[in-house]
Amino acid sequence: MKQKIRDILGKHGGLPVPVETLADDADLYAAGLSSFASVQVMLGIEEAFDVEFPDNLLNRKSFQSVDAITRAVSSLVGNAEAAE
Amino acid sequence: MTLTVGSGLAERAERVSAVAAAHADDVDVKGRFPREAVDAMIAERLLSIQIPAALGGEDASLSQIAEVCSLIGQSCSAAAMVFAMHHIKLSSLVSHGAGDTWHSGFMRRVSDEQLLLASATTEGGIGGNLRNSICAIEIDGDTCRLTKDATVISYGAHADAILITSRAHADAASTDQVMTVFTKDQYTLEQTHVWDTLGMRGTCSDGWLFKGEAPKEQILPKPFAEIAAQSMLATSHLLWSAVWYGIAVNAVARAQAFVRAAARKSPGVAPPGALRLAEASNLLQLVKSNTIAGLREYEAAKADPDRLSSMGFAVAMNNVKIASSETILSIINQAMLIVGIMGYKNGTPFSLGRHLRDAHSAQLMISNDRILGNTSNLLLVHKQDTSLIG
Repeated sequence: MKQKIRDILGKHGGLPVPVETLADDADLYAAGLSSFASVQVMLGIEEAFDVEFPDNLLNRKSFQSVDAITRAVSSLVGNAEAAE
Repeated sequence: MTLTVGSGLAERAERVSAVAAAHADDVDVKGRFPREAVDAMIAERLLSIQIPAALGGEDASLSQIAEVCSLIGQSCSAAAMVFAMHHIKLSSLVSHGAGDTWHSGFMRRVSDEQLLLASATTEGGIGGNLRNSICAIEIDGDTCRLTKDATVISYGAHADAILITSRAHADAASTDQVMTVFTKDQYTLEQTHVWDTLGMRGTCSDGWLFKGEAPKEQILPKPFAEIAAQSMLATSHLLWSAVWYGIAVNAVARAQAFVRAAARKSPGVAPPGALRLAEASNLLQLVKSNTIAGLREYEAAKADPDRLSSMGFAVAMNNVKIASSETILSIINQAMLIVGIMGYKNGTPFSLGRHLRDAHSAQLMISNDRILGNTSNLLLVHKQDTSLIG
């Protein structure tokens, strides 16, 4: 799941640095993730995992890092896939 | 919670409003700083009402500050906007600097000395997108240094301190920003642009080349992204809306005085313009309701950083700004149609030129197109709140 998320971040995140250089807990906003791009990442994730983010997950914290996104997506797709 | 300003505060604001009214036309014609009104704010100690009582302030809520903005806005838009912008900066300090020694001490100074705070977020090459910076703060031991081509610093020449954004360090991404407080003795300003505008002439939002040096502890301890999302976005849209509401209130009051004078001259005959006045009153109520709803939402979300940085909250605040900035123009235009040539002419008791020109700034200060673009992006994932009462 993390790799899939990283791929989406690389494609839609508009980050000035390669995603591979960022640790799982690195602050994506500090790395240059704009609010516009964060929405594009959310859309990419919704499409890839066939989920919809409920409003309580639509805040900065859920998209702060690869780890945070993984947690948010895991809570939506169930724990089975998250364990991958 | 109550939206009524405590009796003392309302009276103090009324006294400032009276001073602002006496000089509003001169401020507008000359494009000068509303010195008398700001001196009156200082005399009434209104510059520190938002600061916690423990630091010398009065713990005023945003709704109370909005009421003061509206009261002053009914007399002089520029003075009200200066007051609003000062409190928008102060909200960042109160929300994000309270736990920090230097910033707490600085808030104490703002209270004791009634310091006026200005903002420098706009930068040459970036425009109005305040969530981006080109300039970077340089940290050298215990000192920080910053040079910024600030194309707009409202009342920069009259402020006692400037809160200024920059990238967090030389290698930081353009969105990785911090905000730093520089006091007047810690910076120089070299004028680069002159604020000669259609309206809001008294905010003196000239352009400046800012050069500052200060102890590095004056950098606010939170990333500017959080400060923007959790205090600046909401307080800007809400306090600006309160100022704009004040402008529209005074325009409608002038139109109503005109209609009433006509009605008294010929009782039994509905004066021309009476129907338009009813329409204007309807629109004015919409702006009021919209602003109050926004203030309530802010007060409810205030203690919850997650809610403040949620998409739903951002959409709501964006919508408050769009609606109030657009609707006041319709209202003032209605008022002008009611009053006719006496509103179009300067120097009559019914003049509306200054109101109309000042109100035209509302759609531009953070362009409505930029805000709608931002909302439309958020709506790609955010689901509308379908409840009426929330």
